[in-house]
Order: sequence, then C-alpha cells, then structure tokens
Amino acid sequence: MLAYAIRRLGLSVLILIVVMTAMYGMVFLVPGDPASLALGPRATPELKEALRERMGLDQPILTQILYFFGNVLQGDLGVDVWSRRPVLDQILEVFPNTLILGIVALGWALIMGVLLGCAAVVCRDSWADRLLGVLSVSMISVPSFVVAIYALIVFAVWLNWLPAIGAGEKGEIGSQIRALILPAFAVGIGWVGYLARLIRASLLEVMEAPHIRTARAFGMTERDIIFRHALRVAIVPTISVLAIGFGSILSSAVFVESVFSRPGIGTLITGAVEKRNYPVVMGCVLFMTAFYLLIVTAADLLIARLDPRVRDVLRG
Amino acid sequence: MSSVVDGASPARRGIGRALMADRMGLAGLVLVVSFLLMALLAPWIAPYDPIALDVKARFQPPSAQHWAGTDHLGRDLLSRIIWGARLALGIAITSISIAGAIGLILGLIAGHGPRWLDSILVLIFDSMSSLPMIFFALAVITVLGPGTATLIFVIVLVSFPAYARLIRTQTLALTQADYILAERAMGAGSARIILVHLLPNVAGPLVILICMDIPVVIMLEAGLSYLNLGVKPPSPSWGNILSEGYNALRQAPHVVIVAGIPLVLATLGFTFLGEGLRDVLDPRGAGRRWG
Repeated sequence: MLAYAIRRLGLSVLILIVVMTAMYGMVFLVPGDPASLALGPRATPELKEALRERMGLDQPILTQILYFFGNVLQGDLGVDVWSRRPVLDQILEVFPNTLILGIVALGWALIMGVLLGCAAVVCRDSWADRLLGVLSVSMISVPSFVVAIYALIVFAVWLNWLPAIGAGEKGEIGSQIRALILPAFAVGIGWVGYLARLIRASLLEVMEAPHIRTARAFGMTERDIIFRHALRVAIVPTISVLAIGFGSILSSAVFVESVFSRPGIGTLITGAVEKRNYPVVMGCVLFMTAFYLLIVTAADLLIARLDPRVRDVLRG
Repeated sequence: MSSVVDGASPARRGIGRALMADRMGLAGLVLVVSFLLMALLAPWIAPYDPIALDVKARFQPPSAQHWAGTDHLGRDLLSRIIWGARLALGIAITSISIAGAIGLILGLIAGHGPRWLDSILVLIFDSMSSLPMIFFALAVITVLGPGTATLIFVIVLVSFPAYARLIRTQTLALTQADYILAERAMGAGSARIILVHLLPNVAGPLVILICMDIPVVIMLEAGLSYLNLGVKPPSPSWGNILSEGYNALRQAPHVVIVAGIPLVLATLGFTFLGEGLRDVLDPRGAGRRWG
C-alpha cells in the first residue's frame, strides 16, 4: 500500500514536471511571444523588451525551465507580471478562502449524503427510495455554477437574505459565515447526491453481512442496525472518494467563486488567465496540484490503516 | 469479464423496450432527442436571427413576440438558446469523438502491447484522472488563448483517459476469452479481432460513458464561456448568455433564469439517459467514472 502510494505520488510529481515543461514549451511554440500578447498590439518595442526581461524571456528556454524549477524548490513561484508581487504571497492570501469553502461544502455534503443514503436504505424499494435516487442523480448532474447563479438570484437579489458577492468583512466571523452559505451550498450540492448514492450502495452491501444478520436476529430495529453497526463499515470507501472529491470540489469552486466574486484560488487564476499572467497561472496550477496530491496520498494511507482489505484491491 | 458478455447484442429490441419501461431513462431519452432536434433544426425553428441586434427592444421580459425575452442588445433569447444547443452539442460531440478516438488507440496499445508499455500507460491514465484537471485546462487556455479550438483541445485533454481505460479493460478481458483464442488459432489478424469482436463488445459501456461524459463537457463549455475563456461572443453559447445576463442581474433577471434552464435540462437529460442505459446494458455499473 505504502509502495503503491509512493509510486503514484512519484509519478504524479513526474507528470506535474512534464506538464509544466510542456506548458513552458507551448509558450514558445505558439506564435507571438507572451510579452507582446500580454501587452496588446499597441505596446512599444521598448515596453515589450522591458517586460520580456522582467519575465525572463530573454534567456534560452532550457535555462528558464531549470531556473523555474530551481526557484520552485526554494518556495519561490515567481512574481506577478503586472503588480510585481510574489505569486506565492498572492496564493497564500486567498487560499484560506477556497479551503474553507471546500471544507464547508464537503462537510455539509457528507452530512446530508449520509443521512439521505441511510434514509434510502431504511425505506429501500419504496417510492421514497426511488425519489431519493432520482433526486441524487439530478443533484449530481446539474452544473454547480448554474445552481450558484439561481441561488444568488433567489436568496441574495430577491429575498435579500444573504450577501451576493465577496467573502465577508475581514475579522467579522458573522459576515464571513453569511458570505459562505450560498457558495458552499452550490459547490456541495452535487456531492450530496453522489455521497447519498455511494452510502446507499455500500450500506446495502454491508447489510448482507453475517454480523448484521445476527443483529437482526437479536431483534434490533433497522435504524439501530444502520447507525450502530452498518454505517461504520459502509463509510470506509467514502474516504477515498472524499479525497478525490476534494479535487472536483476545488474545480467547481473555480466557477462558483467567480459567480460570487469571492476572493480565492479560482478568481485568482481565472483573472490571471484573462490577463495572460503566466507566473500566477503556473503558480496556481503547481500549488493546487501539490495540495491535491497531498490530500489524495493522505487519504490512501488513512484507508490502509482503517481497512486492510483495501490494500489488495488497490494493488490489483 | 461479465460486461463483455453483457455488451453483446442478443436482443437489440429488448434494450429499447427496457429503456421505455424505465421512466427516468425515458425522460432522459425524450430530453436528449429534443435537444438533438433543436441543434439540427436550429436555422428553421429559431424565430429570430440569434445575433441580430435590436437595441430598442433591449431587456424585454418574456412576451408573445419574444417567448424568452430579449437580452441587453435586444437579441431574441429563445433563438440564442436554440442556436446555443447547436453550439453546445456540436462542441461536445466533436471533442468526445476526438477523445474517444485517442482513447481507442491508446487503450488498444495498452491492452495489446508489451506489459511495460501497458503499466506506463495505465499509470499515466490514473494519474491524469487523479489530478485537478481544470487547473491544467486553464493553463492551456492561457497559453493558446481562449476560443472554440482551444476549448475542444482542453476538453479532449481532460476526457481521453477515461476512454482509454475503458478500451484497455475490454481489450484485456477479450484477449483472454476462449473464442478469441480460437479465432487467433484460425489465423485471424488483430484488425479483424478489433473490428469484429472488440468494437461491438465495447459499444455498450462506451455509449454509457459518452452519455455520462456529455453533460460534463457541456458544463465545462458553458462554465468556461461564462468566465469568458471559452467560445467568444457574440456566439450564442449558453455560457455566454449566462455571463451577459449575470452583468444585468438586477435589471433583467429573466436573461439568467432563462439561460440556465437549457443547461439544467440538457445535463439532466444525458445523465438520465446514461443511467437508464446503464441499468439496461450493464447492471453492474462498469462505466462509472468520478473525479
């Protein structure tokens, strides 16, 4: 298991390096150099030259790539082309917002997902089970940023209950929480559906196990069986899914953050893409990938601890 | 192994009938067919030119003349949505065909080739689907600049590993099947085995995967267009309509509300159809993919 996790981690890092190098290569293959593209058609040659120098584009390509990775190892992701602020500072400034959004979204999705999944098992094969099934599929498939826009219209514009934009006043927990509700709702809703299905399927499997049959023979109620015995086994596969889910949640956060103009990694990178601010884009990609690999590896190791059977499955 | 057997076509008619009996699948089928018709017939059924300006009639709420109202330039929203279906499905079908073709080739190489090549390719597919691909997609857009071609390239990049993995699994399952050994013993070449045996066998799971993938692609297209990083305005992408409507949210909320509906219905339609097909073709859920 450890070997598998390390091998995958190593490969992911390798892929990251290959991708970053490929991106660097692409910058040079595409007609028009980044400096003139960033400055637009009306820039003077002097301006372009100055920017090229600032971006390090006057060096040979290989030097630039090596230089880039050397700096990354020292925790330096370069500087913003426009504001000249260090990229890492900008990322660290907004990252907590994205992280909180992701955790709260996944948290409410997990709670609701477990409850709905258990509910579906309790009343399995009834109309309520089928309704929950359709409901979860719908929640999974509806795009989160459309949910975000609709939620914004209803709760922020019409009802005026919650703020429409921003992440709340600095230092005021109340306003920060209020600003978090709608984005977290939109980001998490797909995962409510997905986790409900996952828990339902995995619970149904566990319910066939001998120890559950024993519990039933002792006359325990279905609800007691689920919450006391079955759920703790059924929830293990959810952990690895949650880790991967964090990645997809961060992806939908990119769109949802833009809808709510909420400062975060998503708004940072999309703003940078529009302005062709290469260092910021590359920095965000690197940072998010590293963060994501960390989470997935941690989840792998956690599962191996919780469920030794998983080792063999993962190896195969 | 079982999906190889399931994917065969003992009863084509049975599939259609079973899908009809499944209410969710049927609803999906109806939605998908209507969107396909909308996309195909856009020039004939759209009441107005989707990019014709009529500034005097800007921000009109839904009425008898403009069933879905007009946007900030007085363009008819219903026409834009209908043409948007053509754009969304066109991009989705193009990029998924390319991703499927690349996946087919790589999957066959992984399944047929030497073991070391197989393990390298599998590790690459696995790692690619376990990375937050949207960030890589955004980086590619930065380099190539936003536009429809970039969008398709990015979507292909994000989605081909799933297809490659599917084809590889099916190939491996097949090469061990007895009747394939028999065919080989009779001197059948790889081409015959791929065309006559692999492709028909893989068709079921492949259709399910495509149905599940199309909503993701539609969402990605609309999302990136919404961020002004996808299809360039004035093209009537659903994402563009949403983003233009978002800028006038308080003044004319109907633009955003109306533009979200086709997105919701299209993603629901394809997902329901995919679910229905999976229940019918492949009860064990081999086409599942997440992350």
